[in-house]
Parts: sequence; C-alpha cells; structure tokens
Amino acid sequence: MRRLTAAGARLAVLAATLGCWQWAAKSAASPYFLPPVTILADMHQQWFSGPAAHLWLNSDGTGNLLPSLGRMLGGLAAAGLAGTALGIAIGRIQVLSDLTGPVIHFCRAIPPPAMVPVFLFIFRIGTPMETAAITFGVIWPVLLNAIDGAQHVHPGHMETARAFRLGPAQRLLRVILPSAAPKIFAGLRVALAVSMVLMIVSEAEGSTDGIGRELSIAQANLDIPVMWAVIVLLGLLGIALNAAFLLAERRALAWQHAAALTG
Amino acid sequence: MLQVTRLTRAYGTHTAIEDISLHAADGELVTITGPSGCGKSTLLRCIAGLLRPASGQVVLNGTPVTQVPGRLAVVFQDYSRSLYPWMSTAGNVALPLRRTGRSRTARKKAALTALESVGLAGTAGKYPWELSGGMQQRVAIARALACDPVLLLMDEPFGSVDAQTREDLEDLVLRVRAERGITILLVTHDIDESVYAGDRVIVLTPGPGRVQGEVPVDLPSPRDQTATRELREFTRLRTEVSRLIRGKGQDRPGIAESAAAQGTS
Repeated sequence: MRRLTAAGARLAVLAATLGCWQWAAKSAASPYFLPPVTILADMHQQWFSGPAAHLWLNSDGTGNLLPSLGRMLGGLAAAGLAGTALGIAIGRIQVLSDLTGPVIHFCRAIPPPAMVPVFLFIFRIGTPMETAAITFGVIWPVLLNAIDGAQHVHPGHMETARAFRLGPAQRLLRVILPSAAPKIFAGLRVALAVSMVLMIVSEAEGSTDGIGRELSIAQANLDIPVMWAVIVLLGLLGIALNAAFLLAERRALAWQHAAALTG
Repeated sequence: MLQVTRLTRAYGTHTAIEDISLHAADGELVTITGPSGCGKSTLLRCIAGLLRPASGQVVLNGTPVTQVPGRLAVVFQDYSRSLYPWMSTAGNVALPLRRTGRSRTARKKAALTALESVGLAGTAGKYPWELSGGMQQRVAIARALACDPVLLLMDEPFGSVDAQTREDLEDLVLRVRAERGITILLVTHDIDESVYAGDRVIVLTPGPGRVQGEVPVDLPSPRDQTATRELREFTRLRTEVSRLIRGKGQDRPGIAESAAAQGTS
C-alpha cells in the first residue's frame, strides 16, 4: 500500500510539473518556449508516426534515431571493452602503470568535444568518425576505474588464489575481474552519460544523419519545435538507457548489493 | 612426511622466524602456538610455499618446496577475504578443482561431497555472506578438503569465531583427520586448543620466532570437549605449554604476583 502511495506521489509531482509547464508556456505564448503538449505532438509527427510494428517509428525515426543509438552504444561498448582490458593490464603491471600514467591523465583532461574536429580530419564525415570520437571520449572513466579496481584487489583474495594455485587466466577471470567489477560499472555509468553528449556533438559537426544532425540543422534554421523535440527526446532516452543500465548492473553485481546489506 | 630445516625469514631488517626446525609424520596433527608476533603465520606461509625463506628448507614427501606444492591446502583466519563473495558456496569449493581437469559435473559432485563432509549439505547454492562465520569457515575447510590434500595447513582458523563454534570446528578437524588420515599443521594462539586438538604442540619464542620447545600430547582418542578437558593430564599439559610460552617464567613479576594472590605455589 505504501509503495502505491509513493508511486502515486511521484506521478502526482510529475503531472503537476508538466501541468505548470503547460500553463506557463500557454500563458507566455512565446514562440521560443513551447508547452509540453505541443512538443509531444511535434515528436509524434517527426519520428513516431509510424506503425506499431516498428515501435511507432516512421522513416525519419528509423533513419535518425537508430543510427544515433547505434553509434552511441557502439562507442560505449568499444570504450567499455578496451577500457576494461587496458585498465586491468595497467592496474596489475606496475611498470605499465608508471609509464602510462602521465599520458592517460593528459588525454583524459582534454574535453572530448574539443577532440571531435581531430577525428573529423582522420575519418571524414560518417559513422566511423562519430563512433571513434565517442569511444575516445568515454574510455577514460572506464579505464581509470578499471586501473583502480585492478590495483586494489584485496590481498586476502590474491593470497587464496596463490594458495590454491589458480593459473593466471583463472586469477584474472575469477578473482581480479569480479573484484574490480563494482568500480568498472561505476565508470561505465559516467561513460553512458558522456557518450550521449558526444553523440550529439560529433553528429552536429560531421554527419549525414542522426539526432545530433537534426538538432544542428534545427538550431541553424531556428526551427524551435524540432529543437525542443530533440531536447525532450534526449531526456527520455537518457532515462530509458540509465534504467536499462541499472538493471544490468543489478544483475551483474547482485552479490555486492546483497553482501553490503548483510554487512 | 614434512621436514622443515633451519627456516629463517626476514622482512627487511626485522627477522620474523629464525632457525626453525620441525617435522610432521603422516597423519599427525601438529599444533603450533606461541605469543603474539612470534611468526607463527610467517612460518606457515613459508611451509605452504607462499613465502620464500631467507635460508633453510622445507621438504614435503621428499620434494623441496619452492612454490605452492600440489596436494597441499590452506585454511586462512579471515574467511570473509578467503572466500569469494561473488561465487556461491559450491562455486568456492569447486574453484581449486579446475586445475585437475575434471569435468564440470565431476567438480560439482566433489564440491557437494566436500560440503556434506563438513556438515553443510544443502548450502551449495548460498553465498558466503548468507552464512554465519562458523559456517563460512566450514566452507573454507570443505574447499581445502575437496582438493584431497596430503597436508592441510590452518592459520589460526578459529580465531574469528565465537567460543562454542570454535569447539565444534575443533572437533570437525579431528574428525576429518581421523577419516582421511591427512597430516595437519594447526597454528593457534589458543593454548587449550593446541593441547586439545594436537598430537604434539610446538611452542615458539617471541619474535624472532624460534622453537622454544615441543610438548607431546598423550591424551586418549577420540577427544571429547568435556571429558578430555576434565582430565588432569590435560591441565598438566596446558600448563606446561603455557610455561613454555611465558619463557623461564618464575622470576617474572606478573606470574609471581598472581600465584601469591591465589595462595598456590
């Protein structure tokens, strides 16, 4: 009963916020400040007027949303894999850690959007450029967290592994990786947020399709309805992706959540 | 079956153990005790091959120990760090068996058998943090037994559990030794435990640890927590161990004072 009340309360707050926004925008009657109902209608017309079988996406929807999502998730996956693999190697091998430290910190410090033109020069316009830019931008939180996680495996865990003569592959897969997993997931969550930013920026600078390109064109033409539609879409996308990520994390780290509760 | 000769191990300038020699026969349960800082854990880790001694030698069944030998298993004091929280109980117990090249079903079966032998049938699917401290240490013991070792090393295994659980676990170790005939080296700070469980007690000096003395334990088998501890011989033995630990203790003020206070000699 209490859960229903809590959920109801949250919905009520959400509804009230939207209601205020609707009322304020209608009263202001400004072309720059659109009410939510109008925005949703625009979104429907722009991307979601298609058949239910296509998740209601029309050709504009499939032509823009899917490529954008593909690049974002592709870049995120590449950064996740490379960041984890490199991070664990660097974390476990002291020499590597000492040598690569300064380079990593320098590259990490560069704001990723500033690097996008560099990728444009290397790859030219198209999906490889955007994916590379996203990967480069979001690998740092994963890499640094993986290094940290790999460096701080509890000595008791490693001593047990040695006492039972686990081979290097077993030590990596059964001890080091699970031990570092909580930190790696924390890095991935940051990477998820940054990947969306880079998706927009890289598409705005050089792309033939995608949400970012649509936003860039709309901004250039002062197409306010499309601008707002993209903004709201990105917000909703962020919520959905974050929720999916949390679900995956909960399953992968179930042991850690439960262990923390029981102390 | 185990021969340790003149073992010395130092950490930088600090010598942990010095010139330690001991032996263990097949099926013997040797307890090692001594004051804090005497290097008991260091000694055990050198015997296990986890640490390399500065000088001296460890020979197990005729082969010198340079790294962790096969058919040797260790039970550590800190079970919360020794068991892996991301694996189930059965997973933890079966982990060392991956080396043996057995199939997954065979490994699972061996793990379940080991868990049963320590009285934990039915916990296979649980995770370590779902179990009490005593049960977790039983899992660690099961894991050690699953590898079918000839030598079992235990480093203050019952130091982190409550007194009653400790008694149950002591009896478990005795039962395991009786059933399997494996040789066991048990490091403990508990003097009573060293006498109750051991066939022979080795006492170390305060750091740097040397062998202060050895006390053979000739108590009847099988041991019983109440009956054995009642025996006069038990008290005599534990007093002897206690004296060895405290050194030539008669002239130390603490002991003289307490003896005078009790009115005994």
